[in-house]
Amino acid sequence: MNVPDNLKYYKEHDWVRVEPDGTAVVGITEFAAESLGDIVFVELPEPGTKIKQFDKLGEIESVKAVSDLYTPIGGRVVESNQAVTDAPETVNDSPYDSGWLVKIELSDAGEIDNLLSAAEYEALLAAEG
Amino acid sequence: MKESDLRQTPLHEKHLELGAKMAPFGGWDMPIQYESILVEAKAVRSNAGMFDVSHMGRIEFTGPGAAEFLNRILSSDVPKLRIGRARYGVICNPQGGIIDDAIVYRLDEERYLLVPNAGNADEVIDWLKKWMPDSGVTMNIITNNLSMIAVQGPRAIEMLDSITTNDLSKVRPFRIVEAPLLGTDALLARTGYTGEDGFEVMLPSGSAVALWDALTERGATPCGLGARDVLRLEAGLPLHGNDIDATTNPYESGLGRFVDPDRDGYVAGDALQQIRDAGPGRSLVGFVMRGRGIARQGHHIMNGPDQIGEVTSGSVSPTLDMNIGMGYVPTGLSDGGTRLQIDVRGRLIEAEIVPLPFYSRRKNE
Repeated sequence: MNVPDNLKYYKEHDWVRVEPDGTAVVGITEFAAESLGDIVFVELPEPGTKIKQFDKLGEIESVKAVSDLYTPIGGRVVESNQAVTDAPETVNDSPYDSGWLVKIELSDAGEIDNLLSAAEYEALLAAEG
Repeated sequence: MKESDLRQTPLHEKHLELGAKMAPFGGWDMPIQYESILVEAKAVRSNAGMFDVSHMGRIEFTGPGAAEFLNRILSSDVPKLRIGRARYGVICNPQGGIIDDAIVYRLDEERYLLVPNAGNADEVIDWLKKWMPDSGVTMNIITNNLSMIAVQGPRAIEMLDSITTNDLSKVRPFRIVEAPLLGTDALLARTGYTGEDGFEVMLPSGSAVALWDALTERGATPCGLGARDVLRLEAGLPLHGNDIDATTNPYESGLGRFVDPDRDGYVAGDALQQIRDAGPGRSLVGFVMRGRGIARQGHHIMNGPDQIGEVTSGSVSPTLDMNIGMGYVPTGLSDGGTRLQIDVRGRLIEAEIVPLPFYSRRKNE
């Protein structure tokens, strides 16, 4: 299972990457995408929406199941990935790259410290079996 | 139910070997998907897929009283069924509620085979025992002796043909033949639950893996119950436990054409005559989503502010590239073209009633 070193993780199988300009890119992990199976629908917040760390971000649906999405980081949503709402399978194909979900303007960069490193997230996956 | 209590089909090891996602279904540990539900569904529509459906019940009836007995239980006229033919029908309680739906096959003069759903097999067997006469009929539960593999899709017949000596293209829909297959005797029925052409093959359980492997060699895609559910919904076929159950009757669920309530001794005859004559107050309809969202079982069907029904099945349709569903609405609001809304977890999404099936081989060719 691919768990890139340069990302931070939330236990609900989300990742975040802070860009040089301070915006955070958020997505779900490869583990989450594979567990869901074929992703057929993604509902994301409108740009401008303010969310708190670990709050519900939206919904993601596979053929058989509906799951809530949580944000690993709080702030203001500046962009939702149109490519993903138009073609939800993008999340399966490329969970860490073109399958990103939202970009968030951070409210508190310190929140990053509440997240897991790649090694910690891998340990969590191993523990979950 | 504990995992260890789940029943396993003779193909269970094969499913694990293929890396299937397994889940409990009707008391069995069954493959939901192998690689991808969407890929599997597409394989059935464009090529051929195979499904382990050994979890479904197989009950054999023999004896001079078999036809008369089944005629009391099933919704269709059993004595009229000729040898080598199959008929779909429902098993109703005396109130007209659907205990299960099933296919009955007439194998010989005094020999019938009934195939009910896995989850209801015990209930169906109890119901059959309740009405079983003291003599003249013998009931044999052969679910474990015979395995069942459905081979479905435009290339299904060709693949099976290359395994048997029979010319299966000559077997017409809803017919069943006994034929030698891989060194054993099999029952091959031109039936299915996907909206595609194909066969359901019943063969001794010891030969199930050999047939699975032979079909794999010929290019059939292993398909799980996830794809099966998507395909049957596209074909407008109801699923017992979702779209029909003991609280629904066959007239409101669009199955009236499979019911003959006017036969002597039919246990649900009186109730079904009354329901037929009064006309159903609600009807099972198909709808397509016009707004963004996927309807799921249990979602409310709304007409403006009023809840008028409930979704019984809903999914994405990979074949039609839209989101589809079924549910009950008042008969007065059941015409094709009627606009309604589905309450998708608090969001009202526009939908439109369309005639069933969503997909048929002829219509979508």
